[in-house]
Amino acid sequence: MKMKNNRFIMVLALLTAFLLTMVVGCAKEEAKAPQQTPPPAKELKLATTTSTQDSGLLDVILPVFEKDNNYKVKVIAVGTGQAIEMGAAGDVDVILVHSRAAEDKFVADGFGIDRRDVMYNDFLIIGPAEDPAGIKGSTDTIAAFKTIAAKQAAFVSRGDDSGTDKKEKGIWTKAEITPAGAWYIESGQGMGDTFRMADEKKAYTLIDRATYLAQKDKYKLEIIIEGDKSLLNPYGVIPVNPEKFPKVDYEGATKFAEWLTSEKGQKMIGEFGVKEFGQQLFVPDAK
Amino acid sequence: MNIFVEGIKEGVNLIWQMDPEIIQITLLSLQVSLTALVISAVIGIPTGAALALKKIPGKRIFLNIIYTLMGLPPVLAGLLVYLLLTYRGPLGQFELLFTPSAMVFAQVLLAAPIVCGLTARAVMALNQDVYDTAATLGASRRQASATIMREARIGIVAALTTAFGRVIAEVGAVMLVGGNIRWSTRVLTTSIVLETRMGNFSTAIAIGIILLTLSFIINLLILKLEKRTLRYDNTIQIT
Repeated sequence: MKMKNNRFIMVLALLTAFLLTMVVGCAKEEAKAPQQTPPPAKELKLATTTSTQDSGLLDVILPVFEKDNNYKVKVIAVGTGQAIEMGAAGDVDVILVHSRAAEDKFVADGFGIDRRDVMYNDFLIIGPAEDPAGIKGSTDTIAAFKTIAAKQAAFVSRGDDSGTDKKEKGIWTKAEITPAGAWYIESGQGMGDTFRMADEKKAYTLIDRATYLAQKDKYKLEIIIEGDKSLLNPYGVIPVNPEKFPKVDYEGATKFAEWLTSEKGQKMIGEFGVKEFGQQLFVPDAK
Repeated sequence: MNIFVEGIKEGVNLIWQMDPEIIQITLLSLQVSLTALVISAVIGIPTGAALALKKIPGKRIFLNIIYTLMGLPPVLAGLLVYLLLTYRGPLGQFELLFTPSAMVFAQVLLAAPIVCGLTARAVMALNQDVYDTAATLGASRRQASATIMREARIGIVAALTTAFGRVIAEVGAVMLVGGNIRWSTRVLTTSIVLETRMGNFSTAIAIGIILLTLSFIINLLILKLEKRTLRYDNTIQIT
């Protein structure tokens, strides 16, 4: 009888302990609940250029934007031309691209509204150390292009209608030259492949600074021209026009554009690259 | 569906208008792949026949290697050729990188094992009887071997069409060693890659249709040739 009593008490004690932990646990969870499950994050579709993704900029700044605004950003990284097409089809909410003329047309055609300046990076002219065209250290890119064409020095072009390709074609137009001939090599490939080809051919090429810094140790080509105004490459952010496409998330797109151009976003853009490459890659220039 | 209709329309248009760039690209594709095929045949058919007919030490392991190379990834073949031809590579001084010759080189690496391996198979599949009959009829060793090769030609033609199909449709190697340079090393397959990346899907489809049409015509010609040589032979009679 005594044994049974003891056992009974033990079972009772265990049960009580068990129940108590349950209750306490529940209570704790209830107390935590409001903090742990915020309203689900909304999705924002961003079409942008490969340069912003490949350089690693988006990996650094997007998580902060997402946390600040409770959004989940889906990035579609393509060429500038294709990114603008996606915006014009209403497939994305906002675009971040670099081709001023095409951007202005995008807004003029009513596909996007409220374009804002975000930042710029710059292009370089690189080439062999022997510098066959004799343009090293020049500060006038257009004159240098004229010299390259006059001397028929080998030049590798992307030739793929990318933002970089458009930039290069723009410089040729300003130099009033239609490049053609055996010296003008159109690779039809990406920046990395074009860099590699220019190195093999000991040719000049136009390259963005981020790609150059990331790959320069593998090749011999040197910076021939940098810092010229016509080599600047401004990026703009444009929300897609909700009047044209009612389905797009205009509110989120505006939040994103505002955040990118805010003091916080601009500061992060300016600091990006210093740690990774020892050099700032993008210069914030929101007004 | 629209994009396919557009693609077919554009393909017909490109050919109809004799667009000079597409003509040049098509001719280069043909030139590179046919050259690679001829070189592969010159290397592959005798090697394959020898492997099948002669007693060579280590024959089995050699055949095994050939069969493995039949599945060589094009981009790997391209990389090997690239490393040989880059100015830092052993053959760098010839400056062959980014030329059609480099593309032929890479395609031979892809096509020769196919020609060699399938020829060996075709010859080995023949019955010993063929050789014996020829020998009993008084044929010399050389003549008997020639008879075997004649008997094996359907298999050899199959080897050549397979090899041609592989190289004309290949993109990884020619992109790497040719560089897809406009007016110089751009071929049909690398154009498809470029047009796709630029978002010109219907042009890409159009070029694809040109490629398939070309392949169809070439195969038709090969089959015609084969049929002509078969006319006087006994074909299998089903009674």
